Amino acid sequence: METLTFKRGVHPPDGKALTKDIPIKVILPKENSELFFPMSQHIGAPAQPIVQVGDHVKVGQKIAEAGGFVSSPIFASISGEVVEVGRPVLTPGGAMSPSIVIKNDGLMTEYEGMAQRDYTTMTNEEILAAIKEGGVVGLGGAGFPTQVKLAPPPGTKIDHVLVNAAECEPYLTCDYRLMLEETDKLVKGLQIVLKLHPEAKGVIGIEDNKPEAIAKLKEACKDIPNIEVATLKAKFPQGSEKHLIKAITGREVLSGALPASAGCIVDNVDTIISIYNAVALGRPIMRRVVTVTGGAPANPGNYQIRIGMTFKDLMEQIGGFKVAPAKMIAGGPMMGPTMYTTDVATVKTSSALLCLTPEEAYIPEESNCIRCGKCVDHCPMGLMPLELNALILRGDGEGFVKNHGLDCIECGSCSYICPAKRQLAQSIRATKKIEAGKKAAAAAAARAKAEAEKKAAEAAK
Amino acid sequence: MDNTNITISSTPHIRSGESIQSIMRDVIIALLPATVMGIVYFRLQALLLIVISIAAAVIAEALYQKGTKQKVTISDLSAVVTGLLLAMNIPSSAPWWVPIVGSVFAIVIAKQLFGGLGQNFVNPALAGRAFLLASYPTIMTSWVTPGADAVSTATPLALLKAGSFDQLPSLTDAFLGNIGGTIGETCALALIIGGIYLIWRGVISWRIPVIYIVTVFVLTALIGRNGVRMPIYELCTGGLMLGAFFMATDYATSPVTAKGQIIMAVGCGLLTTLIRIFGGYPEGVSYSILIMNLCVPLIERYTKPTIFGALPKEAKKA
Repeated sequence: METLTFKRGVHPPDGKALTKDIPIKVILPKENSELFFPMSQHIGAPAQPIVQVGDHVKVGQKIAEAGGFVSSPIFASISGEVVEVGRPVLTPGGAMSPSIVIKNDGLMTEYEGMAQRDYTTMTNEEILAAIKEGGVVGLGGAGFPTQVKLAPPPGTKIDHVLVNAAECEPYLTCDYRLMLEETDKLVKGLQIVLKLHPEAKGVIGIEDNKPEAIAKLKEACKDIPNIEVATLKAKFPQGSEKHLIKAITGREVLSGALPASAGCIVDNVDTIISIYNAVALGRPIMRRVVTVTGGAPANPGNYQIRIGMTFKDLMEQIGGFKVAPAKMIAGGPMMGPTMYTTDVATVKTSSALLCLTPEEAYIPEESNCIRCGKCVDHCPMGLMPLELNALILRGDGEGFVKNHGLDCIECGSCSYICPAKRQLAQSIRATKKIEAGKKAAAAAAARAKAEAEKKAAEAAK
Repeated sequence: MDNTNITISSTPHIRSGESIQSIMRDVIIALLPATVMGIVYFRLQALLLIVISIAAAVIAEALYQKGTKQKVTISDLSAVVTGLLLAMNIPSSAPWWVPIVGSVFAIVIAKQLFGGLGQNFVNPALAGRAFLLASYPTIMTSWVTPGADAVSTATPLALLKAGSFDQLPSLTDAFLGNIGGTIGETCALALIIGGIYLIWRGVISWRIPVIYIVTVFVLTALIGRNGVRMPIYELCTGGLMLGAFFMATDYATSPVTAKGQIIMAVGCGLLTTLIRIFGGYPEGVSYSILIMNLCVPLIERYTKPTIFGALPKEAKKA
């Protein structure tokens, strides 16, 4: 079969051999340990706590309600007592978020409200409500509330539901293991989404470095007419939403637009499985598979943990480190943020803990740009990173925006490939923040001015 | 875990194994066949000039950087490449001090004064050669035959220019380099092998050398010299192979965009042919590349790649 792909991109060494053949192992939090549930573990408004200190909560019980339309509720992943509400806790991205702290009683008493449902007879509204009440968000990393994504504005024609099973980040194998071990849930989850969009075709896109997963899903989908498995060329960043759509459908999501504008909905493997859990089993998001990998951990592997456990608790249970890590990353090596401690709560989007040895974490020194043009040859967005970097160093923010700096997806391909080891993606990311902030401030100022003028005009009347 | 030796940094956390040094090392490896052939044809004198040229370039770079209190970067091997390339562009009969003058000019004036590696707007080795050619025209155009005798001779391009077709060496001799010329330019075969190595290693793209050579081929075939058309012969003579694979592809002085590289290559091919056939000099590779070097910023400005998800033109206006 044809191998699909997109233009440019890079081929970093994939490092997946460390963990890809190790089955998922279940790790439960220690009795009497504290679990932390940050109110912000999705894009959108923070969740609002609905429990109080002293309350006893059970596994699967809602502890915080969605804080708005674009928001998602949060559930207890263990049973125990609420010991604090609102404590600021460090999240993997580096931000402090007010959290609910629950002390694990070790009994894992289940909440009575969770019940299996026959999704085939449910209406679309019921399915969407079940997804929302399951706390499902984009588990590939972005954490966008899934029920919002699945219900695009009226008039949007969705003809493709794509499962992002590329897992292009080096080292990560959690999605791969889930494809092998929870194949049935993945296929059924996709069928639930296709029930919402009956005219759409479901396509599971998998990179060709995962032949076992391709074979297994092809077998599972062979009698399902509206689901296909697409083989993608293993290349970074194939898992970027826009590049997945490009590879599978040939369509380009326009600058600044959302996938729905290209008729596509894209969801990660674990998101689809969570949709199945939420809709068919009535079980909200409480667990997740974390790839613990890199040269530093004693026992790399895939571990199914309870959300809210700290990475520290996890590492203690799986044998800790064989080498003191020099860098700890919550996610993959191309796009994952670094952490200075393992005392960080796992959240819905915690896909990995990558711990690098001093050699692996070495940051080479920058030298002059030699204008080899490799960053231009490999930028998946068609940008000229060397030029953006030069503009940034010159302090020319306007030039940065004019040369499409804000279209950068921060995949890091330019910095990866640069032989002069320049901090291309790093400088672009920082400048994007500054320029996006300026843009927002300018828009706010314009609004305020218009309002003031309107008021002044009214007063003059 | 409290570890104070934890690195916090922005992504990405991994880098490819390629470095400036590894790229320059590849260029040196690619130049080896032509260097060896140059020494085979032009003997000890060639070896001496090559060694002096490289040493002068490296020492000039180190002294300049020391003197201006910059970090000494000779270990990136770029000065070695410049020195070697300059030696390739000098006739074997030149006195020992010629490569020193050329290398110092190339490194100090053409490269370092403009900001060092990657900042120069013309190819340093070519600028060095142009400087030598303008300063010592007799030395720089005195050719000798390959071999031990080293009697004075004319280059095939000069013979072509003079219309002395009957005195031309055979095509085989021209292809293998057994003709008069600078140390490194005569053996087309060795240069093609080196060029293929660079393309295979991903150091250069095929675009500039292939399109440059094809342009010269097509134009010489069309224009001819007084009705004599021998395009393949012309490709194997002069500095075309050296220029196309090793000079025009210089990173700092060629466009980074694919379309830009095509324009640069066509421009080089056009100018080379025009100078060779209609110009005052028998050979035009160096000057055409230098002229196109100057056009690079302009070419790049108009050949930017289209961004992913570019908005249609009408939508942009609205």
